[in-house]
Amino acid sequence: MPPGGGGPMKDCEYSQISTHSSSPMESPHKKKKIAARRKWEVFPGRNKFFCNGRIMMARQTGVFYLTLILILVTSALFFAFDSGEEDVPLGLQDELVTLASCCPYLAVKITPAIPVVGGILFFFVMGTLLRTSFSDPGVLPRATPDEAADLERQIDIANGTSSGGYRPPPRTKEVIINGQTVKLKYCFTCKIFRPPRASHCSLCDNCVERFDHHCPWVGNCVGKRNYRFFYMFILSLSFLTVFIFAFVITHVILRSQQTGFLNALKDSPASVLEAVVCFFSVWSIVGLSGFHTYLISSNQTTNEDIKGSWSNKRGKENYNPYSYGNIFTNCCVALCGPISPSLIDRRGYIQPDTPQPAAPSNGITMYGAMQSQSDMAAATPLLQSEPSLTSDEMHLPGKPGLGTPCTSLTLGQPTPPSSMPNLTAEATLSDILPLKDEHGGHQFLTPDEAPSPPRMLGAGSPLTHSRTMHVLGLASQDSLHEDSVRGLVKLSSV
Amino acid sequence: KNQVHNLQELRRSASLATKVFIQRDYSDGTICQFQTKFPPELDSRIERQLFEETVKTLNGFYAEAEKIGGSSYLEGCLACATAYFIFLCMETHYEKVLKKISRYIQEQNEKIFAPRGLLLTDPVERGMRVIEISIYEDRCSSGSSSSGSSSGSGSSSAGGGGAGAR
Repeated sequence: MPPGGGGPMKDCEYSQISTHSSSPMESPHKKKKIAARRKWEVFPGRNKFFCNGRIMMARQTGVFYLTLILILVTSALFFAFDSGEEDVPLGLQDELVTLASCCPYLAVKITPAIPVVGGILFFFVMGTLLRTSFSDPGVLPRATPDEAADLERQIDIANGTSSGGYRPPPRTKEVIINGQTVKLKYCFTCKIFRPPRASHCSLCDNCVERFDHHCPWVGNCVGKRNYRFFYMFILSLSFLTVFIFAFVITHVILRSQQTGFLNALKDSPASVLEAVVCFFSVWSIVGLSGFHTYLISSNQTTNEDIKGSWSNKRGKENYNPYSYGNIFTNCCVALCGPISPSLIDRRGYIQPDTPQPAAPSNGITMYGAMQSQSDMAAATPLLQSEPSLTSDEMHLPGKPGLGTPCTSLTLGQPTPPSSMPNLTAEATLSDILPLKDEHGGHQFLTPDEAPSPPRMLGAGSPLTHSRTMHVLGLASQDSLHEDSVRGLVKLSSV
Repeated sequence: KNQVHNLQELRRSASLATKVFIQRDYSDGTICQFQTKFPPELDSRIERQLFEETVKTLNGFYAEAEKIGGSSYLEGCLACATAYFIFLCMETHYEKVLKKISRYIQEQNEKIFAPRGLLLTDPVERGMRVIEISIYEDRCSSGSSSSGSSSGSGSSSAGGGGAGAR
């Protein structure tokens, strides 16, 4: 189906889609190659995915493995050397205990419930740790190009500025929640106004709902969806740590009653190791549990507490608008409230028609999401008749443009370092593009490259805000068109 | 099948003019609610009351999903007691309501919005941030007065011209 003029080209698009929805024909081969990719493979944030998208973690996972090792080794030593069950006749007990290192002590001496309770605690700790580390903390997906364009337009209308050469002031919206004025900030990376209590994690490069903090021990952000798992993890870990510590001490004391303190330590060296690990852990973990219990009971996030957003020190009228009033309700809601499902759909398939550049002008779609003017028709003739003008526009501000956004990015946005490499890449593309005009745009936007536009867009938006205005008219309309067709395809699958 | 046939006809004859985004309403906190303010672009396309009713019903569904009460506490406590392993086999209440919502949206699209040349997108596909309403212009009726259609037909011919110049 070679594209001809305008009419046949448009028909070409439609006929592709009708075969796609009705029955598999020769296009499934193409479709399979592109549709085989799942959304996690092109996820724009800095996350690692395992098990074909089922598991999601932050990029730096070294400390998480350390946490795992510490917990596993300490618990293993406890079960092997200190507790456990065995059928030992009472008389031979002490000799066997001193001789055989694998002999369980506390189960026989005190009660076999010790390893059982220990086992339950260990199981709970591992379960909640893995849930916290592997689940989606509540990542907000980045805005679609249309959404971002619409927002930009509304912001421009609100600010009363057209696309000038300088960067407009940081964008905020004010909302009154329960009598308190809350400022919603605009996220330049994700191109959205962050919901209240959401924050952008610079390590993961994602906006996370009800962002608490990024925990390296757990290897993930802690946000709305996994906060209760995190809390249950540190709570159960503090119980486990205290439990192991107490019974290791008991073990050593009981032994030293018979053989003396130093001999007891020599006989069970594992206990020494466990005691040391637990001693240092107890202070930090129990302290952390206490802190998070306070946060839950007052319905605050770590982020808000550190910034003092709702503290009385800011003013007499400052109170937490999200709190339900009493501690019990706050706790219940935080721990037993409903869990919203993941919004990023990591195991979904990428729609095959989304990244395909059906028309050469779609090569400019990479820049096309920044902004759309209200009359796209006016922009279109500009593109067709004066390509040289656009090339000039793109060339000149390229270098100086890099200077100012750097500084202003650092002001409003926590992720300037990540966006820097992308800025240079985009600048080079903008240099190449006008030289080859529409042809060039089509050539380097292969389907493989196409899924990465969101990353490019995120970095490039403040830079090319003004310059791409004229180029965008046709491009954004085509992306809208593709979106609409996609929407119709979905609808027709009813 | 009949409906699919009609929608394919719509697709062949319509072109996307613009999209309207209904933003979230945060005045009640972080619960999921959408603004019921009637956007001016839909003024000529759909009755205000129908639109408001749709948004209010959606808001009601989301409120039901996020409701905190006896059954949600029970679910939460049960999940906690099993160290959250139960989520591997059970669907949460929220997920069930989301399925209801997507069925409702499909229904509304078929009955009310598609005949008026509009299309609702499920907010869950947009990160629960917006209700995206796509406005289509009928290509056949080129005489329609709104500027959207003239820009649609104008740009498609211009795009064709540009491609032809290769």
